[in-house]
Amino acid sequence: MADLAIRNLVKRYDKTEVLHGISLDVEDGEFVVFVGPSGCGKSTTLRLIAGLEDATSGEIVIGGRVVNNLEPKDRDIAMVFQNYAIYPHMTVRKNIGFGLRTSKMSKADKEARIDEVAGILGMSDLLARKPSQLSGGQRQRVAIGRAMVRDPAVFLFDEPLSNLDAQLRTQMRLEIKKLHQRVGNTIIFVTHDQVEAMTMADRIVIMKDGHIQQVGTPAEVYHKPANTFVARFIGAPSMNMLSGTVANGALQMASGSTVDLGVGLPEGRHVTVGVRPEDLHPGAGPALVRGPVTVREPLGHETLIYVGAEGQEVIAKADGRTPPEVGEEVTLTAALDTLHIFDAATGDALR
Amino acid sequence: MTATEIRPTTDALLKTEAPKKPANMGQILRWTLLFLGGVAMVMPIAYMISTSLKWPHEVYNLKLIPDEPHLENYTYVLEDGRFYWWFVNSMIIAVITTICNVIFDSLVGYTLCKFRFPGRYIVFIAILSTLMIPTEMLVIPWYLMSQQFGWLDTYWGIMFPGLMTAFGTFLMKQFFETVPDDFIEAARIDGLNELQIWWTVAMPLVKPALAALAIFVFLGNWTAFIWPLIVTNSVEMYTLPVGLSSFGDEADVAWELIMTGAAISTIPTLIVFLIFQRYIIQGVVMAGLKG
Repeated sequence: MADLAIRNLVKRYDKTEVLHGISLDVEDGEFVVFVGPSGCGKSTTLRLIAGLEDATSGEIVIGGRVVNNLEPKDRDIAMVFQNYAIYPHMTVRKNIGFGLRTSKMSKADKEARIDEVAGILGMSDLLARKPSQLSGGQRQRVAIGRAMVRDPAVFLFDEPLSNLDAQLRTQMRLEIKKLHQRVGNTIIFVTHDQVEAMTMADRIVIMKDGHIQQVGTPAEVYHKPANTFVARFIGAPSMNMLSGTVANGALQMASGSTVDLGVGLPEGRHVTVGVRPEDLHPGAGPALVRGPVTVREPLGHETLIYVGAEGQEVIAKADGRTPPEVGEEVTLTAALDTLHIFDAATGDALR
Repeated sequence: MTATEIRPTTDALLKTEAPKKPANMGQILRWTLLFLGGVAMVMPIAYMISTSLKWPHEVYNLKLIPDEPHLENYTYVLEDGRFYWWFVNSMIIAVITTICNVIFDSLVGYTLCKFRFPGRYIVFIAILSTLMIPTEMLVIPWYLMSQQFGWLDTYWGIMFPGLMTAFGTFLMKQFFETVPDDFIEAARIDGLNELQIWWTVAMPLVKPALAALAIFVFLGNWTAFIWPLIVTNSVEMYTLPVGLSSFGDEADVAWELIMTGAAISTIPTLIVFLIFQRYIIQGVVMAGLKG
């Protein structure tokens, strides 16, 4: 086990810079999830940590040792790939044991280690099988087993669940989390799925266009997003973004109502007010949005309503039993402490 | 209405299940073409075997079934010591060349496919462009080279032009494209060196291509004629095709003996094909999907 640090990491392909000097400290035994849309640089960062690509500049430190110039095998890491990368021509036993080929352990020790890992992953009776005889989830477990067998300082997961169906994904998510609690190694996990990030991570790193947008616990990034990108990326359905202006110390909403937040904001400033659908509901209170219901999505205990306002569709949650009718004019409100205020120009959080 | 009322009788079922389809012209044409193609392919083999069972005076009679079939030709060829020499020569050359092609073509193909280095594309195009040069043009430079190096009339002389082929390199490069980079990177993280990765990870994943390549190369060398004819002088160094063509003299070609030798010499190719055919079919399917 070891901690990991990235300092001013830059990656350039010819003239295109894809990582613009990112820095991050990961503690020993921490489960860190990199999340972001396609092309945000999360997989590139992982590949740089693994040593599959060379950093243009910056440092990668694993366990206090700068590893930039070390081969992948010498970095004390193991990686689980998106398409598993388990060898179809080898049995499960050989696949799991593959990582020990170059180790100096005795044959008996290697076999014992493979059995131990297979036991942890519940695959002891599948060791003689070939990958073609395994289900998707089992193949994924073999891939994890191959990484585990070497007991690396850092585990790297590159979107390992994206090839699985929804049910299996949920199950594997739980298994990986349990595995982490059990073995305690440092894990860097890359995904584009914010639900995976929220449910698994000790800390989430949200990336966009080669920059880190925010690093924080799932609760922090959800409740205190650093900017509009994070606010919209984390949480489903996405956070509603409304426009407003600060006037006379209060928020003047586009809906015409005035909301007094009780905090000082620069006069005349244009702001974006973020409010999560679960915090926004029809009712009395400061009217953040007014408009007709365009669509209803009943979920049983509650109903999502889409309200047309400010040239967009605002999502709110209504009661499951007596939701407003489609076409009905509604006023949506939210508790003031659930509002997120962002600078309209930069998108950075003001509160 | 009861169940028995709606159940059709057996007669009715038979009538409905086998309706007579009208003869489809397209289908007739297709089968006719396939039949003609089949005949065109089988005829040379049939005549080869037929001729090998004929007496010399019958050879120019185009009857497929000989008047007096006999096995004397086989006895003659098999008792002729030269045939064994040629057979062994052909076998040594075909096997070594096949092994070399499987190794060298796949090494180069793998390198061109999985490594990024400056000039990679130019090297690949240069290799491919050699496919456009006909053997006939190369024979003279090869001969001069063999003469200077003292390779005339040696195994090495016969083999060297074919130890690596542009076609094989191209084929293997294309097949290595189907091997996901993740496999190679996973092995790299697991601590294997590049040669180990090629051998233990990449090669087993392209077995169908290797089998296809092995068949192509083996057959190509087993049946090669022009170059072995030119580079060999002594009868002991002849390969089978060269040796067989020497049966008879200038005035009279002993077709029945040539055909007998040819019939015997197809046996190894049949064996090679039977061993690898499931791979070659797989390989062709793969090539079709990923080509």
